[in-house]
Amino acid sequence: MDENLVFNYTISGDDFTRAGEASSDVKNKLKMMGLDNNIIRKVAIAMYEGEINMVIHANGGTITVEISADNIRMILADTGPGIADIDKAMEQGYSTAPEEVRALGFGAGMGLPNMKKYSDHMEIDSTVGIGTTVTMDIHI
Amino acid sequence: MTIQTLIDAGIFSLKVTGDPSKNISKVFCCDLLSIAMSKAPAEGAWVTVMGNKNTLAVASLTDISCIILAEGIQLLPDDLACAEREGITVFTTDLPIFDAALKIQELFA
Repeated sequence: MDENLVFNYTISGDDFTRAGEASSDVKNKLKMMGLDNNIIRKVAIAMYEGEINMVIHANGGTITVEISADNIRMILADTGPGIADIDKAMEQGYSTAPEEVRALGFGAGMGLPNMKKYSDHMEIDSTVGIGTTVTMDIHI
Repeated sequence: MTIQTLIDAGIFSLKVTGDPSKNISKVFCCDLLSIAMSKAPAEGAWVTVMGNKNTLAVASLTDISCIILAEGIQLLPDDLACAEREGITVFTTDLPIFDAALKIQELFA
């Protein structure tokens, strides 16, 4: 690949049942490119967790996916409430998700830990009252 | 074992056929989607009572082969249509989760 491929998605914050459409689209695109199934699975899981977080906590946002010859970068940006304590948010089992989200089977405090687990590199840049940007790299 | 093996066994009620030639690697039981996202095995047969559109999204993104909804849980018509579009095989059963999973496990023997 000579040039990076870039895909942009806008994530709606008001429809929980549509969460995952962007991740599914990226998964299908990577399949069409013939990438290794394990890499596709890592991207799909990491991005879906991020997408769900944006819907639950930040009223949506944007996701940019950049694909180069040796890396897939996902940049998830929102203008939500921000994360007050990132170390705490990274703890498995810690969650601030509302009850209705938990009733659907999410919000168990696994999202950010899963994103870290399935990406090769992850950075969180968050300011309370301004928003959060999560950047994840998965090496090809 | 393939999904076709599970269909032919006639243990569960088939709601969405999907791709019967898909392989089944192992049985997986989980009702918390957060955990399923992390732990669902590729090509797994997923037994759960969590039947909603997000279940389908998790199944699709983690490469689950088929979903078995236990305890008489049913998908809404909209969600069934979504499973059809996504090609996800869905079974239902009145059996509890453990018994349903055990029936699948016995087919591996």
